[in-house]
Amino acid sequence: MNITVCVKRVPDTATRIRIADDGRGIMQDGVKYVLSPYDEFAVEAALQLVEAAGEGQVTLLSYGPPATAETLRSGLALGAHRAVLLTGEPDMDGWATAQVLASELAGSDDALVLFGIKAVDDDQQQVGPMVAELLGRPCATAVAAMDVEGGVATCRRAVEGGQEVVEMDLPAVATVTKGRYEPRYASLRGIMMAKRKPLVEKPAPEVESGLVVEALTYPPERPDGRIVGEGVDAVAELVRLLREEAKVL
Amino acid sequence: MMADVLAVAEVRDGVVRSVSREVVSAARGIADSLRGAVDVAAAGGTGCGAAAAGLGRHGADRVLAVEVAAQVDVRATAVAELARAGSYGAVVFAATGPGRDLAPRVAARLASPLLTDVVALDVDGGQIVATRPVFAGKALARVRALGAPALLSIRPNVFGVADSPREARVEAVSPPAEAETGYRVGGFEASAGAALDVAEAAIVVSGGRGMKDPENWHILEDLRDALGDTAALGASRAVVDAGWRPHAEQVGQTGKTVTPKLYLAMAISGAIQHLAGMRTSGVIVAVNRDPDAPIFGVADYGIVGDVFAVAQALAAAVRELRNS
Ligand SMILES: Cc1cc2nc3c(=O)[nH]c(=O)nc-3n(C[C@H](O)[C@H](O)[C@H](O)COP(=O)(O)OP(=O)(O)OC[C@H]3O[C@@H](n4cnc5c(N)ncnc54)[C@H](O)[C@@H]3O)c2cc1C
Repeated sequence: MNITVCVKRVPDTATRIRIADDGRGIMQDGVKYVLSPYDEFAVEAALQLVEAAGEGQVTLLSYGPPATAETLRSGLALGAHRAVLLTGEPDMDGWATAQVLASELAGSDDALVLFGIKAVDDDQQQVGPMVAELLGRPCATAVAAMDVEGGVATCRRAVEGGQEVVEMDLPAVATVTKGRYEPRYASLRGIMMAKRKPLVEKPAPEVESGLVVEALTYPPERPDGRIVGEGVDAVAELVRLLREEAKVL
Repeated sequence: MMADVLAVAEVRDGVVRSVSREVVSAARGIADSLRGAVDVAAAGGTGCGAAAAGLGRHGADRVLAVEVAAQVDVRATAVAELARAGSYGAVVFAATGPGRDLAPRVAARLASPLLTDVVALDVDGGQIVATRPVFAGKALARVRALGAPALLSIRPNVFGVADSPREARVEAVSPPAEAETGYRVGGFEASAGAALDVAEAAIVVSGGRGMKDPENWHILEDLRDALGDTAALGASRAVVDAGWRPHAEQVGQTGKTVTPKLYLAMAISGAIQHLAGMRTSGVIVAVNRDPDAPIFGVADYGIVGDVFAVAQALAAAVRELRNS
């Protein structure tokens, strides 16, 4: 069973975000880029599913700047077999990204296309289901665990108040969230082998964006808070403030 | 001119979810700027139209009721057909779990971009300009949607509910032809005590590693109960990674971003990834025994002290207040 995992290169979550002088992007110096954390769950899910099937290949697919090649190597080091990089500059328009990815996936007969539930930069939670629509395949989102048998993927979705079980006929698409899959660490051997695994780079097709980012700003500073006091003695005053000053009780 | 706005309601078990009132209120705001009408898309089980009729109070002129299976791909087809049939300048969803599942499918069917998790809206030159958090709230992006309709989902608890009462006409629309989609919903397993999603709660009681043991959560559960039925539990990632609480409760960059009116951080240090998920809350209270904990940097009110004693005293004080 072959699986493609679509992954994105994003700033490390510990990065302080500084807005660039043009006010529309972020400053690049000092920003460490990583594989988006939720994509790590998707890669782990793919590796486990292929291991369970006893055969098959995991392909990583990304749309991003040339430096994304490094990020893909880090995914290959985890055990993925090959990678494809569509070079270009994705913007916030997930629909444009979905069209780019689908152009590559249309020619693939992989049983599954997996995504992380969201990329932690734009945080839109949309490219996976959009790609599924473009490919005309069923899609389960927020999948915490998945099993494949007899051409059917049984997914446990993390939904409000519990888990929903969904069955999909393959080929299918899913977005993966935290659950069964604990991302593995790359072994030294994995890192060495990754250098020799195939990584194809080609320019992404031109797709027009339907969105314009006009400005990035910092969130408003929170007004200075105060320490109400120490221990249980401060509770009465806290409740009074929440009621009379903040008016939330 | 695409002046009307389609507000997509969430109807569950015959009841319109309260977030839909915010969706309609936001849609009314856009429609007033565009000088158009507000239609509600109520795609759900039997009686969904009647259930949604009350949305007239918040500015809905018409409810388009399509009785379909609750399954997301079927609902997406129904909503996309409604969106295509009108001349809408905007289609507004809720950025809830179901809304995030539904909206991108509708967007793809309409070949349109989608702005998720919008926290502010403007209409400028007939186009929608939305503000939304990026990098988990470390920055805000002002984004213009070039095409129409502009599709967006709004973050719960941000826009609020506004009254703009009118009699909403309910029109039944026949459901799209049934097709085999290869997607089947099987069972549902409820997890204990998580009726209200942390991202939708008006009050969040969040616990961190300083709670020491999952056995101690009854203290936070009791505080949540004291705060009423709009309160929900949240958690830091340390607690989720330790297996003490489900990931559904995790607040932060790799969990949920929340905007309650009151956020209580109980024994949470305030790591950058946690702050990203809760710093836009209305009022933040922190309880931590370390006076230098970074969480105090964003808290409006802090108590330095032992979380267990303070949480219990706080629950008691809130109950006393509610009973007086
Ligand atoms: C890729 C990535 C993504 C991440 N995403 C998230 C995320 O989404 N959400 C998130 O929360 N974190 C996230 N983190 C983790 C984050 O960096 C922190 O490790 C985590 O938030 C710490 O959780 P904590 O505050 O509960 O624990 P700690 O940092 O251990 O803090 C415990 C606090 O409890 C206090 N305390 C202890 N005992 C008591 C007591 N008896 N009374 C009062 N106070 C007490 C201590 O003073 C301390 O401040 C992420 C990290 C990475 C690398």
